[in-house]
Amino acid sequence: MMATLKALAEPSRFQIVEVLRNGPRPVGDLVDRLKLPQPQVSKHLRVLSDAGLVDVRVDAQRRIYELRPAPLQELEVWIERYRSIWEENYQRLDVLLEEMKAKEGKRKRRKR
Amino acid sequence: MTTNAVKKTETLQVTMPSEREVAMARVFDAPRELLFKTWTQPALLKRWLYGPEAWPLAVCEIDLRVSGALRFEWGPYEGKYMGMSGVYREIAPPDRLVFTEVWDDNWTGGETLVTMTFVEHAGKTTVTQTVQYTSRTARDAALKTGMARGMTQAYDRLAEILAGKTNQEI
Repeated sequence: MMATLKALAEPSRFQIVEVLRNGPRPVGDLVDRLKLPQPQVSKHLRVLSDAGLVDVRVDAQRRIYELRPAPLQELEVWIERYRSIWEENYQRLDVLLEEMKAKEGKRKRRKR
Repeated sequence: MTTNAVKKTETLQVTMPSEREVAMARVFDAPRELLFKTWTQPALLKRWLYGPEAWPLAVCEIDLRVSGALRFEWGPYEGKYMGMSGVYREIAPPDRLVFTEVWDDNWTGGETLVTMTFVEHAGKTTVTQTVQYTSRTARDAALKTGMARGMTQAYDRLAEILAGKTNQEI
């Protein structure tokens, strides 16, 4: 997953992944969208491919790139875990609130 | 008062209301006065606000007045603490609390502004925590760093477990 994050941390590569989310694209399209020279785009695509984020297939003369869902799904699982830090904190807060409500109830009864 | 035999945990809603914000909302079965206290009294905060990997909140200093300081430290983790300092901007019990946050290692790319709102409806309170970063880049980087950070810890733990296993086998 470190490889996924490292590969995504570069703005042009992040943009390539964003474009490919809408479906497979030939290299030419990516060059147009990114407004970068083709060798540079190819270099980024190689990094993404090494990280397992994209696959390439050859269709007639064109090289078509597409996303591989696995690394992104892995990342999603991780984000869920990050979110779970807050979920766990808030579950502890639920317990504390129950305790505070019980104490307040007792105090009110004593006043009566 | 009604009590449910089986308590269902409320879900945490995470949204991005603007380019440089992240918001988290959650419903609690308690009046907002109590929620406001749990966010502003150190003895109460220490009971529930843990860090990643359940590090305890070891230091919690709060000067609850406008321009008053706050200082939180979690740990120790490998002898170190994860610390954060800030300043209160708005204190309006029991509805609203606004403060700034700066992390010691600056993983959020500058100061963030945290707005807490406590909205009560039929005895339940929705707590919304909105974090505003200095820019979209800072927000996205912070989310990434947060992730990478947690990941490192997960890997560290895995490494420890694996090391333990290896030792046992030997």
